[in-house]
Amino acid sequence: MSNAIEVKNLRKEFKVYSSRKGLKGAFRDLFTRNEKIIPAVNDINFMVKQGEMVGYIGENGAGKSTTIKMLTGILTPTSGHIVVNGMNPHKDREKFVQTIGVVFGQRSQLWWDIAVQESFRLLKKVYKVSDEQYDNHMNHVIKTLDIEPLLDKPVRKLSLGQRMRCELAAALIHNPPLLFLDEPTIGLDVLVKLKIREFLKEINEKYQTTILLTTHDLSDIEALCERVIMLDEGKVIYDGALHHLKETWGEGKEVHFQFLETVDLQSVKAATAGLPVKWEHDEKEQVFIAYIEDQDELISQLIAQIVAAYKIKDLNIHETSTEEIIRNIYEKGEVRLG
Amino acid sequence: MDKYLEMIRIRFLMMLAYRTNYYTGILIYSINIGAYYFLWSAIYGGKEQIQGLSIAQMTTYVAISWMARAFYFNNLDREMAVEIMDGRVAVELIRPYNYLVMKMMQALGEGIFRLFLFSVPGLVIVYFIFPIHLTWDIAVWGLFAISILLSFFINTQINLLTGITTFFLFNNSGLIRAKRVIIDLFSGLILPISFFPVWAQNVMNYLPFQGISYIPSMIFTKGFTAQHAVYAIGQQFIWILILIVPIQLLWNLAKKQMVIQGG
Repeated sequence: MSNAIEVKNLRKEFKVYSSRKGLKGAFRDLFTRNEKIIPAVNDINFMVKQGEMVGYIGENGAGKSTTIKMLTGILTPTSGHIVVNGMNPHKDREKFVQTIGVVFGQRSQLWWDIAVQESFRLLKKVYKVSDEQYDNHMNHVIKTLDIEPLLDKPVRKLSLGQRMRCELAAALIHNPPLLFLDEPTIGLDVLVKLKIREFLKEINEKYQTTILLTTHDLSDIEALCERVIMLDEGKVIYDGALHHLKETWGEGKEVHFQFLETVDLQSVKAATAGLPVKWEHDEKEQVFIAYIEDQDELISQLIAQIVAAYKIKDLNIHETSTEEIIRNIYEKGEVRLG
Repeated sequence: MDKYLEMIRIRFLMMLAYRTNYYTGILIYSINIGAYYFLWSAIYGGKEQIQGLSIAQMTTYVAISWMARAFYFNNLDREMAVEIMDGRVAVELIRPYNYLVMKMMQALGEGIFRLFLFSVPGLVIVYFIFPIHLTWDIAVWGLFAISILLSFFINTQINLLTGITTFFLFNNSGLIRAKRVIIDLFSGLILPISFFPVWAQNVMNYLPFQGISYIPSMIFTKGFTAQHAVYAIGQQFIWILILIVPIQLLWNLAKKQMVIQGG
């Protein structure tokens, strides 16, 4: 299968002018400015296969949006090599953009003052979609995203959730083989998020659409992507399977106990002496938390010993969340995985 | 081509959504025409002619200039500046069309809207209030139609050029305002070019601005002979071709060093 995206040694530098302090500084700035070159994207390499759904994550300012803008042909890279859908994005721009769909969560691509269906009609003409193709494809999209009743309303009267669904439909009018989603679920409620995720999965299965998704909401990534590319300060710090990230960086499990009787930390520790467990007592919630390695044997042993010693009111086993894993990675700032 | 025609239609719809703005517009233009009419009546005093124009021709010139302005005038430069400054231009660049041509088509949609819902009713109102001589010569109307279409293109090209400078200057509202005053003055809207001192007329012969207002208005008021009119239209056409060059150059440069502002 061919690669949808190939990126080699991609680099984008921005010139940044810093202003000097005070009135004197402002006058000096008039003549000479402090110029600094900052690499927003610093020699990154990756490949995405046709039909893959990839999560592209990173903190604010890590260079995600800049990469997307280069991949979509909006920005010209300082150096490096990009091939998307077999083309160089900023060379044959008009031909190239015909093969991609883009949704910017923070930016509308529908026309604000006119009805949604007028925007669709215009986009249909812009992408040269035939009536037949449009009916086949869009009727389905409109039904799945449930936007039929919104079509005759001007965009400015839609709620954010309604608008996002329309944006997504608009990006798919020409049924592109590659879809870029830049924070598509920003500020949306749970129901709309779920609907959008389901829809994305469906088109991925149906048309083998490649999807590159950036988001700060990791539950999006967990629900959709098998692979993540993690970016920090313009560099790729992890590229691989999401579950691999969890296995390697998930730091065991947490078992939460609530007891019927009054128990203190000392006696709990005594009851599980010999096991590799770290105990913590959450005073507010009245919960005892045991941190333990992720081994089925150990966990059942732990539970068995506690149940034997005390009467239990409630018991929960938590896995370390992806969010925590990623926070850990950023805090430590070093990842050398696959 | 289909997509560009569709864009004209969409812009027309957008203008319809805010049509109330235009009723006040007609009033403002009528007041402007009235003010210039009284001003020129005072200047003419009892004189038959000034610089080859009679008072009736002058009144017609003023009325037709303002009504033509409604057609060729647009805020494309400001629109582009806003789109570039808040980063919306990114969305335009992921579409399979030429951004500048699309902008021009939007302006054309706006111009056609104004022509039918503003200039025509406005001209009817003005016709009944002021002594205007509308000609019934089909040839004059034909030349005039060609000429204002060309003046639309010249004006819009200058607007595109001003708009593109936003990429380099980041905030060009001063330039936009200066450009508007220069066009109103040098295009012959406020004062016919033939009223300027000879040296200034010579300079303006080498500038594109008189193609925006002076030429179509002079054609309409029969201030030009038929031969001169054809020559002037040729001049407009050449300016359109010349202006393509700096627009393309600046646009290519802008694309290379573009920074999308705001994330």
